[in-house]
Amino acid sequence: MDELLDGLPKLGSAAAAIALFFAALLVLFLIGGRVRGKFQGPVALAVFLGPAVILVTMGLIVPAGRTIYGSFLDANQEEFIGFSNYSWIFETQWGTLTNTILWIVITPIASTGLGLTLALLLDRMKRESVAKSLIFMPMAISFVGASIIWGLMYEYRPPTSEQVGLLSQIVMWFGVEEPPNWILWQPFNNYLLMIIMIWIQVGFAMVVLSAAIKNISSDVVEAAELDGAVGWKLFSRVTIPMIRATLIVVLTTIMIAVLKIFDIVRTMTNGNFGTQVVANEMYAQSFVQFNQGHGNALAVVLFIGVIPLIIYNIIQLRKERAIR
Amino acid sequence: MTALKRRRGAAVLAGGVATLMLLAACSSDSSTDATATDEATATEEATTDVAAGCEAYADYLGNEGASVSIFTSILPPEQGLFEQSWSEFESCTGIDIVYEGSDQFEAQLPTRIAGGNAPDIAFIPQPGLLAKLVADGGPVAAPEGTVSNVDTYWNPAWKSYGTVDGTFYAAPLGSNMKSFVWYSPKTFAANGYTVPTTWDELWALSDQMVADGVKPWCGGIESGGATGWAATDWLEQIMLRMYGGEVYDKWVNHELLFESPEVNAAMDVLAGWMKNPDYVNGGFGNVQTIATTAFQDAGGPILKGECGMLQQASFYANFWTNFQEGATVGPDGDAFAFYLPAIDEGIAPQPVVGGGEFVAAFADRAEVAAVQNYLSSAEFATSKAALGTWVSANSGVPSDTYAEGSIDQLSAQYLTDLGGTFRFDASDLMPAAVGAGAMWTEMTAWFAEDKPTAEVLKAIDAAWPAS
Repeated sequence: MDELLDGLPKLGSAAAAIALFFAALLVLFLIGGRVRGKFQGPVALAVFLGPAVILVTMGLIVPAGRTIYGSFLDANQEEFIGFSNYSWIFETQWGTLTNTILWIVITPIASTGLGLTLALLLDRMKRESVAKSLIFMPMAISFVGASIIWGLMYEYRPPTSEQVGLLSQIVMWFGVEEPPNWILWQPFNNYLLMIIMIWIQVGFAMVVLSAAIKNISSDVVEAAELDGAVGWKLFSRVTIPMIRATLIVVLTTIMIAVLKIFDIVRTMTNGNFGTQVVANEMYAQSFVQFNQGHGNALAVVLFIGVIPLIIYNIIQLRKERAIR
Repeated sequence: MTALKRRRGAAVLAGGVATLMLLAACSSDSSTDATATDEATATEEATTDVAAGCEAYADYLGNEGASVSIFTSILPPEQGLFEQSWSEFESCTGIDIVYEGSDQFEAQLPTRIAGGNAPDIAFIPQPGLLAKLVADGGPVAAPEGTVSNVDTYWNPAWKSYGTVDGTFYAAPLGSNMKSFVWYSPKTFAANGYTVPTTWDELWALSDQMVADGVKPWCGGIESGGATGWAATDWLEQIMLRMYGGEVYDKWVNHELLFESPEVNAAMDVLAGWMKNPDYVNGGFGNVQTIATTAFQDAGGPILKGECGMLQQASFYANFWTNFQEGATVGPDGDAFAFYLPAIDEGIAPQPVVGGGEFVAAFADRAEVAAVQNYLSSAEFATSKAALGTWVSANSGVPSDTYAEGSIDQLSAQYLTDLGGTFRFDASDLMPAAVGAGAMWTEMTAWFAEDKPTAEVLKAIDAAWPAS
C-alpha cells in the first residue's frame, strides 16, 4: 500500500481528494435527510442548494466581482483610478472593438446560414452520414491547429517563386499576376480569419439543425404540402418556424464562442495588421504587459457583451417551454 | 420501513467515516516515510570525506551536509549539463544542490516568495524581474566573494544589471550575444566577398550584392505572441552604435523619448537598411513580408543563395540544420556569423547588445553564499562552458574552453571584452507595456503597414506607463 502510494503520489492524492469529497457529501446528505419537523424544509434546501451556491460563489461571483473592482484600479492593482481604464479602451481600442463586433455579427450568421443550407441539401441524400461526418470533422480540430492549417493556405511567396499558399496559387491560376500578402491585406484579413471560425462551426450548426429538421413531424409537412406549400414557401413558412428555437440556440452559442475568440487571432496575427479582438487584447494586457487594470476592464466589456445574448437565449427558451 | 431507512442511513454514515479514517491513515504513513528517507540521504552525504583533487574548492568548505535549492526556468536537457558542471563542487564541499526547473518560473517565483517558500537561489532571466523582486523585498545582497568575482571578471555593465538602488544582488550566469550578422562563408568565398569589419564596409558589401543581383538582407519578425521582438533588436543595435552606452541607458529609462530626434534618426538608419526595397527581403518578397515571416524561417534563403545576410543573435546557430540537413556552422561552413561592426569606435568602442540570466539569493546562509561565490567564479564558468552550448561573459574563462571556431567561442570573445560597450537588450529592460507591448506591435506596424515613423514613435511613448 505504501509503495503504491509513493509511486503514484499524484494519482493517489487526486483519488483521495475525490473520495474525501464524496464521503463528506454522504455524511452531509445523511444528516440533511434525517431532520424532521419544522426545520425539514430549510435544512433540505440548504443541504441541496448549499454546495452549488458555494461553488458558484467561489468560481463565478467572487472572481467577477474582483474583476469589476480591479477594472477601476491601476496596472498593479494598487491605486483607484476611476474610469481611466475604460476611457483608455474607448480612446485607443476602437479598432479592437469594431473588429470584435464584425466577428460577432458575421461569423454566427455565416456559420448558421451555411449549416442550414448544408442540412437541407444533405437531408435524405444518399450516404448522408459520410458527407456530414466530413463537414463535421473540422469541429474536432483545435482552433490553434486549424489556424496553423489555414496559415499555410494563406502563406505568401513572391509571384516569381514556387507557391506554398493554396489561395495564392488558385488566384494565380485565374490569371492574377500579383496575389496580395493575404494576412496583411486590410481589412479583408479579418474576413480571412473569420473563415477559419466558420469552417469549424459550420459542422456544429449543420448537425444540430439537421436533427431539428428531421424532428419536424411528417404530418405537418404533408398537411402543408396538401395546402400547396412547396419549395421556398414550405421552407420559409413551415421549416423555419418549426426549427426557430434550435436556430436561435445555434446562433447564440456560436455568438458566445466568437465573443471569446482568442486562439485564432493569436495564432494567425497576434492582433497585428488591424485584426485585434477584445479577448486577445485582454490576454496581452493582463499576461504579457502585466497591466491588470486594462485587462480587467476589457474582461468587463466582454462580460457586458455576453449578458444580453444570454438573457435573450433564456427568454427564447422560456417562450418555447410556455408553448409546449 | 423506518427501521430499514435508519439501518441504511447508519451504513452510509459508517462508510463515509471509514473512508475518512483510511485516508488519514494513508497520508500520515507516507509523509513519515519520506522524512526518514531524506534524513538518511543527508547523513550519508555529510560523512563524505574531502578527497584529493578538491584543493580548488578550499574556499567553499565548512558546509558539509548542507543543502541549497535552486529554482530556474532552465529545463532539461540543459538542466543535466548544469548538474554535471557542479557535481565536483558538490562532492568536494558536501553541499547538496537541489535543482528545480519550471516553465512557469516567472509566475511561480513571486508566489513562492510571498508564501514564505522562497528557493535559496533563483536564476533570474531579466534585470527587470530582479528589480521587481527587490521592490517587494525578497533577494539578499550578494556576499563579498561574489562581489569581488564580478568586479574581477565581468564588464562593468553586467554588475549594474545585477544592482538595484545601489545594492548589488545578483551575479551574471549565462550570456548570449545579439550583435551578430549571419552569412554563408561558402557563398562569400564563391563570390569573393570579404567579411566587413567597419560600418561602411558593411554597406559597400550590401551594395555589391545588389549589383550582383542578390538581395543582401533577409529578416523575419513573426514570433506568435511575441511578434516584433526581432525588429526591436535591430533598433537597439543602431541606438547603441550611434549614440553609445550613456544615451542608450537614458533611452531605456525613458529619459530620452522615442519621439526625440535621436531615436528618429536611428529609425531612419533602420529604414535605409531593413525597409530598403533594394536590400530586403531576400527569398521572401517585398519589405512587408518581414512582418509575416517567422524569425525561425528568416535565415533559410541564405543557404539557397537568395539572401546575403541576416542580423540575429548567437542562438540562431541551432536553426541552420532545419533549413538544410547536415548544414555546418563554422568559419568555412554553410553558415557562420560576423560581428555587426561599430559605427564609430570613438562613440561606442565595440558595442555589443546581449542578454543573460542572473543568480539571486533569498537566504543568507553560509552554504548559499558558498554556492553563489562558486557560480560567479571562473572555475565554474569554465567547467560549464566546457560542456558546450553555453557562453559566459566571465573573462576568466580561457578562450580554448570553447570548441575552436564555434559560435560560442566568437560570442565569448566579444562578451568578455572588458573594454567593449556591453548593454542589455533594451526591450527586456523597459516596462512590459512598452518592451513586450507597444514596441513590438508598433515596429510590426511600421514594417507591415508602412505606418509613418513619427506615429510609431508617438504611440510607443504614449504606452509608457505614467509613474
